[in-house]
Amino acid sequence: MNTTVARLTVRGLLGRRRALILLAVPVLLLAVSLAARSSGNDKHDLAVSVLGQLGLGTLVPILGLIVGTGVIAHEIDDGSIVYLLAKPLPRWKITTTKLAVAVGASWVFAALPMLVAGLIIYGTKDNLALGYTVGAMAAGAAYSALFLLLGVVTRHAVVAGLGYALVWESLVGNYVKGAKTLSIQQWGLSVAEAVAADGVLTATVALGLALALLVGVASIATILASAKLAGLTLTSDE
Amino acid sequence: MALPSEVQSGVIHDIGYRNYTGPRLGRSYATRSLYTQSLRAAYGLGRSGKSKVLPMLVLAAMGLPAVVVVAVVVITDLKSLPMDFTQYLTSFGLFPEIFLAAQAPVLLSRDLRHHIVPLYFSRPITRGDYVRAKFAAMASALMLLMTLPMAVLYLGSLLAGLPFGTSTVHLLYGLAAAALYALLYAALGLLIAAATPRRGFGVAAIMGMLVISSVIATFVLGLNGGLRHDPVESANWAATLSPATLVDGLVNQVFGLVTAPQVLHAPGPLAAFVFAAEIAVLVAGSYGLLLRRYRNV
Repeated sequence: MNTTVARLTVRGLLGRRRALILLAVPVLLLAVSLAARSSGNDKHDLAVSVLGQLGLGTLVPILGLIVGTGVIAHEIDDGSIVYLLAKPLPRWKITTTKLAVAVGASWVFAALPMLVAGLIIYGTKDNLALGYTVGAMAAGAAYSALFLLLGVVTRHAVVAGLGYALVWESLVGNYVKGAKTLSIQQWGLSVAEAVAADGVLTATVALGLALALLVGVASIATILASAKLAGLTLTSDE
Repeated sequence: MALPSEVQSGVIHDIGYRNYTGPRLGRSYATRSLYTQSLRAAYGLGRSGKSKVLPMLVLAAMGLPAVVVVAVVVITDLKSLPMDFTQYLTSFGLFPEIFLAAQAPVLLSRDLRHHIVPLYFSRPITRGDYVRAKFAAMASALMLLMTLPMAVLYLGSLLAGLPFGTSTVHLLYGLAAAALYALLYAALGLLIAAATPRRGFGVAAIMGMLVISSVIATFVLGLNGGLRHDPVESANWAATLSPATLVDGLVNQVFGLVTAPQVLHAPGPLAAFVFAAEIAVLVAGSYGLLLRRYRNV
């Protein structure tokens, strides 16, 4: 961790009007959960569809995409990364600092609102809200690491990330069983299931496998990103 | 130092500064050129190989299922298309959305980031022309993307010997739906793309807007009992919450494609009018805001 790099990254991520885009996520989640609370439907179904589908399934990946690529891809894009790379700092330190900022942002802007939304809809019963929050934290961290790697590897990181999150996890994952095993969203859900009371949630991936994959993907992505950053070639816009 | 006089043979002729007096192609020609260039840029034509990858992939992903559908019809000798033209656009609606998110910033954000826009406006074209050309290019690109699979479906259904009249009428329905999608998506996407010079943010913001709004529309639909076996008619109003469902609901109602109560549709003629009005307001409003955005660059 390097506090100066962290401070600059936070400013790049949240500066000017960009914090407003990120703030849209919690505002939306809270508005929907308030609307859901006032309707007379089954509380459990509501919690699963708001926290599971909207929260963990849509908002966490999109937010992870924005912060994961936002902490580094834009600097690479406009070339200002060279000023950072020219400083006598090990590259892995730059990567881990930026990753920490991204993970922190995804926890503040996605996991925390999920907790509040869960409490609004379902209260503290069955540890459901807490389960989804821990799941969102795990998934948010893995998404941040993966999308940070994408940001270092390709100039089309956001499009590639969208392709993974929407086409692979949502579209293919709905039809092909095996695709669910390779989906960060399902790993997060598995963590959520473990934290929540027995039988409240159902996950397709076993907890041990999910934890191993979450940690594995996050650390491998970080190592690869550091290695790639160590020999970064700046290319021009096509 | 004075040179011998015979060496001093050089002469400078004053021919004056000559203005170009030939024919000028004018504003409309410049606008048309900008349109053509932008349309080509949307598909990466005339650009590097890398920038062709994504639009061509999306085009293939949009077109290939149509080939499969036609193959199924021909092989199993079906009497009608298993998937209507408008239904096809709904089922594979993710691909035009990805195309919009990826290519709208290509058309606008880069001009902003590299400060090219003042160069355009130093030519005869006005900001109105610029916005019109970019909007038309984005809408045409989306229209092309959606027309290709429908053309495949149409030709395939004719070759498979399906009734000519029905196929043609349903193709026209599909084209009308595609035009509505193209106009609405282009207006919303370009407005967001013009707000940020950073391509990545533009892509994520456009896709986020489209995906999150459609998840919320589905959620509200379910909340009001629209996903049950006997759906509540009024739950269909939830379709107004997202661009994709808005067009889908309007088209299904207006063209009488509601074969089952589960099909998303505008509930009643008045609702159809409201849906159409919302589309018109969104398109006109976004276009107006886009014009406003370019008042100073």
